This record gives sequence, structure tokens and C-alpha cells, in this order.
Amino acid sequence: MRGIALFTIFYLLGIGLEKGLSVPLPANVIGLALLTVSLSIGLIKLEWVDAGSSIAIRHMGLLFIPAIVGAAAYGNELRAAWLPVTLSIVLNTLFTMLAAGAVIRLWPDRRKEHDVSRSTSA
Amino acid sequence: MTLAGPLPHNPLFLFGALLTIIFYVCALWLRKKIRWVHPLIAASAAIILVLKAGGLSYETYQAGADMVSWALGPATVALAVPLYKHAALIRRRLAPVLTGITVGALISAASTACMIAMSGASAELLYSAIAKSSSAPFSMAVAARQGGIPELAASLSVLTGLFGSLAGPAFLRICGIKDDLSVGAAIGTSSHGIGTARLMSYSEKQGSVSGFAMAAAGIITTVAMMLV
Repeated sequence: MRGIALFTIFYLLGIGLEKGLSVPLPANVIGLALLTVSLSIGLIKLEWVDAGSSIAIRHMGLLFIPAIVGAAAYGNELRAAWLPVTLSIVLNTLFTMLAAGAVIRLWPDRRKEHDVSRSTSA
Repeated sequence: MTLAGPLPHNPLFLFGALLTIIFYVCALWLRKKIRWVHPLIAASAAIILVLKAGGLSYETYQAGADMVSWALGPATVALAVPLYKHAALIRRRLAPVLTGITVGALISAASTACMIAMSGASAELLYSAIAKSSSAPFSMAVAARQGGIPELAASLSVLTGLFGSLAGPAFLRICGIKDDLSVGAAIGTSSHGIGTARLMSYSEKQGSVSGFAMAAAGIITTVAMMLV
């Protein structure tokens, strides 16, 4: 519960900075950045927020449901463009993962750390 | 729908929130019985059917649903925890991992923009789709600011995450990308939380890197869209 309360406080801080000081970022990203920094400098202890974070992330899907239901109201928009949207979801997603993965895979590596995959993912 | 305030201004505000939570719990239970059921799709479809069957308008539902959506703000802030925790785990390879995530996030936005623009679809659709590789809170924020439709952006994020989580691991294996860091970062960058959950189910290390990548990619995408 303490974790969830802290996330809400950081989000409200984010809203304050976005609206009050016109920081050009969404409130959720401001809150996320502030909490990451607070954890790094030890202002917030990991054990205060660790359990709350696991619960919030595991059940984040619940919070998307209203948006998915809402999108049904935009069915026409999607139906008109179903082909480019489908192609984009398939092709761009594959490009994206290949690019991110290949950069890391092909990065010059002195220590041969790739091999840890065998021992941990089995 | 706004991301700004949850204040209940309608006596029906509990209805939408309760309906969402009840169907989510039912969908999780159904998932245990039937493995291929996706809880988000099942719960959303059930709610749409209930609204249709009851002759209820979307606005009736929305009064309470906005409170649920508002909680996405604090939930996004919670991503700071895997970001911080796993930065230590991948510190020795932070440069390639961050470069890979950045390249992936930028390619995602650029290739999506090209493809949607070439198809002649509306600018609304383009800005709803452009951040679809990022988790819904990020893609919704981008859509809200750039003139897209947040609800559409959230749905496109979910569809992208579903596709990436289903096809991604096998596709990367075929491409010869098998080590934990590359797979985790590739899936987190392209398929956000849904991909992360899939990886987490068989490798904690891949899942952790993926959780880091989804938070980092969301921030990078949002910041990049502010600069364009």
C-alpha cells in the first residue's frame, strides 16, 4: 500500500509540474523520472515500493480495459484503414525488435557475456 | 476521456469502475481454465456486449471508467522500480542496451509513421499509432498531445504487444538473436508490458531486461515525440 501511495504522490507531483510549470512532458513520465532519480539517490528506499510495483505492473492490464472498450467507439476509423494498420502492427513490430536486438547482439563485446543466456534461461 | 482528473461527477461513477473490475477478475479466472483466452480482450469484449445488451451508452460506462484510467498514471510511475532495479543488473552492458532500445524506439515511430502516411490514412490515426510499441500510458499521452485519439492509441498498443509477445520470441530465434540481454531488450522495446509478461513466464532475466526496456523505450519515445 505504501508503494501505491508513493506512486500516486509522484504522479500528482508530475501533474503539478506539467500544469504548474509547463514542463513539456506528460505527468506520468515526469513522475516516473522523478521516482527513478529518487531511488538512485536513496531518497526513496527500494523496499518501500518493491511490492507495490509488482502488484501495479502485474495488474496494469485492468487499467487498459476502459480504453479498449472506448476504442470500440472508433471501430469505423479502424475498419477503414484495417490493412495499413494490420501491416504496420506486424511489420513495424518485427523491424523494431530486430533492430533493438541486433544492435545489442552485434555490439563489440570484450567479455563474451552473451553466453550467460545458456545458464539462466534453460 | 481525460488523464487529468478522476473526480466523480456522476452518480453512476461506481458502475463503470465495478463493471471493469468484475469482468477483469472473471477474465483472469477464465484464463486459468482456458489458456488461450487473453484476459484484456475477453474482459473488454464482455463489457461491450453488456453495454450493448443493456442499451447503455458509452458515457454511462465512462463516468466510472475514467477513474480506472486515471490509475494508469500512478501505475506508470511504478515502472520506475524495474527501471532502477534492473539498471544495476545490466550496468556492464548499459551502453549497447540503451543504444539498442533507442534505435528500436526511433525505428518503430519512423516506420509506423511512414507506413500509415503512405496509406493515406488520417493524421488522427497516424498520431494514435505512432507510439504503439510503447505501453498504453505512453502511447495515450503521445496521442493526446499530438492530436491522435487516446482510446485508439491504447488499443493499438495492446494489439502490438499481443502480436509481439506471440511472434517475437520465435522470430528472434530464427534471426539468431538468443542471448538474454538482446531478446529482453528487443521484446520490451517492441511489445512493452505484454511481451514482458510473456518473457517473465519462462526467464526472469529476460523478463527483467524487458521490463527495463519497456520503461526506457516509453520515455525515449515520448521525449522524441515532444521534440519532433
